[in-house]
Amino acid sequence: MSEGGVPGVPGGPKVGVDQWVAEAEERREARTGLTGAVARAWERVPPPGRLALLLGPFAIFPFVTNEGNLFRYGLITIVYALLAIGLNVVVGFAGLLDLGYVAFFGFGAYLYGIMASGHSGHHLEAEIAIPIVVVSTSLLGLLLGLTSRRLLGDYLAIVTLFFLQAFVIFVNNANGGLSDFSYPFVGRVDLTGGSNGLDQIDPLNFFGYHLTTTRQYYFYTLISLAVVMTMLYFVNASRTGRAWRALREDPLAAEAMSIPVNRLKLLAFMFGAGTAGFTGTIFGAVQSGAFPGDYDVGLLITIYAIVILGGLGSIGGVVVGALLINGAPELLRSSSNARFLFYGVILLALLIAMRPWYRTVVVLLGTVAFGFVLHLIVGALWSRGTAGHIDGGGALGRALEHWVLLPTHPGRIAGWAYFGLIVAALVLTLVHGWWRTIALIPTLYLASFVWENKLVEQVSGATRLILLGALLVVIMNVRPSGIFGTARVEIA
Amino acid sequence: MDWSLFFGELVSGLTLGSIYALIALGYTMVYGILKLLNFAHGDVYMVGAFLGFFVLQWLGGPLTPAVTGWLAIAIMFGAAMLGCGALGVGIERFAYRPLRNAPRIAPLISALGVSIFLQNSALLLWGPEFRDYGTFDLIGVKSYSIGANFFISNIQIFAIATSIGLMIVLTLLVSRTQTGKAMRATSFDREAAEMMGISVDRVISSTFFVGSALAAAGGVMFGIVFGQIFSLMGFTAGLKGFTAAVVGGIGSIPGAMLGGFLIGLTEAFATGYLPGGSTYANLYVFALLIAMFLIRPSGLLGSPVIQKV
Repeated sequence: MSEGGVPGVPGGPKVGVDQWVAEAEERREARTGLTGAVARAWERVPPPGRLALLLGPFAIFPFVTNEGNLFRYGLITIVYALLAIGLNVVVGFAGLLDLGYVAFFGFGAYLYGIMASGHSGHHLEAEIAIPIVVVSTSLLGLLLGLTSRRLLGDYLAIVTLFFLQAFVIFVNNANGGLSDFSYPFVGRVDLTGGSNGLDQIDPLNFFGYHLTTTRQYYFYTLISLAVVMTMLYFVNASRTGRAWRALREDPLAAEAMSIPVNRLKLLAFMFGAGTAGFTGTIFGAVQSGAFPGDYDVGLLITIYAIVILGGLGSIGGVVVGALLINGAPELLRSSSNARFLFYGVILLALLIAMRPWYRTVVVLLGTVAFGFVLHLIVGALWSRGTAGHIDGGGALGRALEHWVLLPTHPGRIAGWAYFGLIVAALVLTLVHGWWRTIALIPTLYLASFVWENKLVEQVSGATRLILLGALLVVIMNVRPSGIFGTARVEIA
Repeated sequence: MDWSLFFGELVSGLTLGSIYALIALGYTMVYGILKLLNFAHGDVYMVGAFLGFFVLQWLGGPLTPAVTGWLAIAIMFGAAMLGCGALGVGIERFAYRPLRNAPRIAPLISALGVSIFLQNSALLLWGPEFRDYGTFDLIGVKSYSIGANFFISNIQIFAIATSIGLMIVLTLLVSRTQTGKAMRATSFDREAAEMMGISVDRVISSTFFVGSALAAAGGVMFGIVFGQIFSLMGFTAGLKGFTAAVVGGIGSIPGAMLGGFLIGLTEAFATGYLPGGSTYANLYVFALLIAMFLIRPSGLLGSPVIQKV
C-alpha cells in the first residue's frame, strides 16, 4: 500500500482529498451531441486559455468600431459582466438571494462622486478614492448581512430589496432641501443632488494620469474584469470556494460538516458588495454623473437575468450572458432590428427545440398559411382590421403587412390579444404531442399580432422587461442551473 | 400636545394598516405552506386595484353608476377578488409548481420574474399614468367627529371595518372548515398531510386563491380610500406587506394583521412626527424591519423555527 493512499483504492486519492470530493466532478450530468462535444473541448482548454478565448474578442472590439458603439455595446457589456460576476459570488456560489445588489453599485458611484466631483467640491485622486469606496461598500454589505445573519435566505432577500428601495428614496431626496434630514452637527447638506443626480463627477485619475476617452475606460474595465475573473477562479478552486458551494447545496449539511456557515455567507456578501461598489466608481466616472434612475429594479433584473442565463456559479458563462442580455436590447432599440430579432429568435427556437423535423415544417407552413387565410377573411369582412401599416420595416415589413392583421386603432384589441397570448402560451405547456404542434400555430400567429400591434411600441422599455421577466421564469422552469451552469445529478 | 394631529395620524395609520394587513395575509399564508416568498404578491394587489377600476368604468363610471354606490363597490370587490384569485392560482400552477422540488433559490427567482412580468405588462397595457377612482363622486364622503379633535370619515370606517370583517372570515375559514384544516395540516407537515389523503396541490391552489383575493381586496380598498392607482404601485405595497408579515411573525395569521396595523401606524406617525418624515416614511418602516430582525427575528407572534433534518 502506498503512503498516504486510501486503503483498497489503487492509485486512489491522497490524504486530504476525500474520495467523494475527488469524484464529485464526474457526477455531473453529461451532455450529449454537439453541445456535449463543445463543452468537453472547452473543459480541456487550460484556464488561461479560456480567459483569453472569452476576453480576446473584447480586446479586439475597440479597433473595429466607433466610440458610440464601443460605449453602448462594449463598455456597458463589460460593466454588466463585472456586476454579474460579483452577484454570481453571492447568488451562484453562496446561494444567497441579494436583491439590493444594485444599491451597492449605486452607492459606489455616489460615494466616488461625493469624494471627487465638481458637485461636491472635493477632488480626491482615484487611487485613494477607489479603495475607500470598495472598503466602505463591503462594510455596508457586512452591516446589512449581519441583520439577517441568523435568518433564512428569504429574509435576506426582503431586507436587501427593501434596502434598495430605501437607497433609491434616499438618493432621490438627499439634496439638502426642506424635506430632507437635518443631520446632527452639519445641518442640511446636499449629498446626492436629489432627483437631478450628482453631476460633474471627475474622470478617474490615477497618480495624475487621467482616463478621458471611452477607449481608455474600456481597457481599464476590461483589465479589471480579467483580474476579478482570475481572482475568482482561484477562490473557486480553494477551500473557501468549495465551502461556498457546499453552503449553496445544503446549508444545514454544510454546518454539520463544521463549515462556518455564517462567516462564509458574510464573506460572499461582502465580496459581492465590494465588486459592485468598484464597478460603481467606473460607471460614475464614465457617465461623469450618478443619477437615481440608473440604480433601480430594472437594472437589478437585467443583472439577475445575466447571472441566470450565464449559469449560477459559472464564471465564464456570465460574460456570455452579459453579451446576450446587453446586446439583444441594444439591437431592440430600433423597431426594424427588433423585428428581425423577434422572428429570428422564434425561428431559431423552433428549429432547435422541435423534434422531429417534420413537426417544425408543419408549424412553420401552418402558421404562414393561417396568417394569409385569416388576413384574407378579415380583409373581406372588416377592412379597417388590415388597414394599418408597418413603419420602415423594409422587405420583411412589407411582407408582414399582407400577413399579420394590423387594425388602424389596435388599442383595446391588442390588449385582449396580449392577454390571450399569455393564456395560449400557458396552455401550450399543458398539452403534448400533436396537440401542442397544432396549438402552436395560432399561438405563434397571436404572438406576431401582439408584437406588431403592441409590443413593438415600447421595445426598449416595458417590452424588454416583460421579456426578461418571462425569461427568468422559463429558465427556472426548464433548466434551474442556467444555460452554462452545471446541472448536478441529485444523489438521494 | 397637538391632539388633532395625533388622532389624524392614528386614523390614517389604521386605514393604511388595514390595507397592509390584507396584503400581509397573502404573504403569510403562502409562506406558511410553501416556505416561498411570493414576490409577485404585490403585483397581484396592483392588478386587483386595476380590475376594480375597470369594473367601475364598466358599470358606468363614478359619476353615473348603473347601480347605487355601495352596491357598485361590492361588485368591484367581488370581481377583483375572483379575478385575482384566479390569477394567483395561475401563477402558482405555472411558475411555482414545477419548481416545488428544485433548490430553494429557483422559485424565488421565478417569483421575481413573475413580478417583473406583471408589473411591465400593466405598464404596457395601462400606461404609467395615474387612474382616478373618483370615490368622492361615487359615494358621498361624510366626516364624523368625536369631541373636538377626533375626526373619521365614512370611507375610513368602511376600510377598517371591511378589512377586519375579511380577517374574521379568513380566521373562520382556517379554523372551522375542512379546507382550513387541510391548510393547517399541509403547513404543519406537507408530506404527512399527503399521506393522510389530503390533496396537497389543491390545498396550495386554494391558499393562493384566498391570499390573492385578499390582496385584490386591499388593492380596491386602496383605490377607494386614496383615489388614485398606478401600474407601479404594487412594488412598495408588496414590500410593506411582507414587512408586516415578518414583523407580525411569518406564518401566523393574527401576526400578519397585527403587523399590518403596526406598519401602517409607523408610517403615519413617522410622516407626522419624525424629521424628514413625509419624504422618508418608508425609511422608517425599513428601520422597523431591521430592528425587528435584530431583536426578535421570529416576529411578534411567530414561534422560532426549528429546522427538521
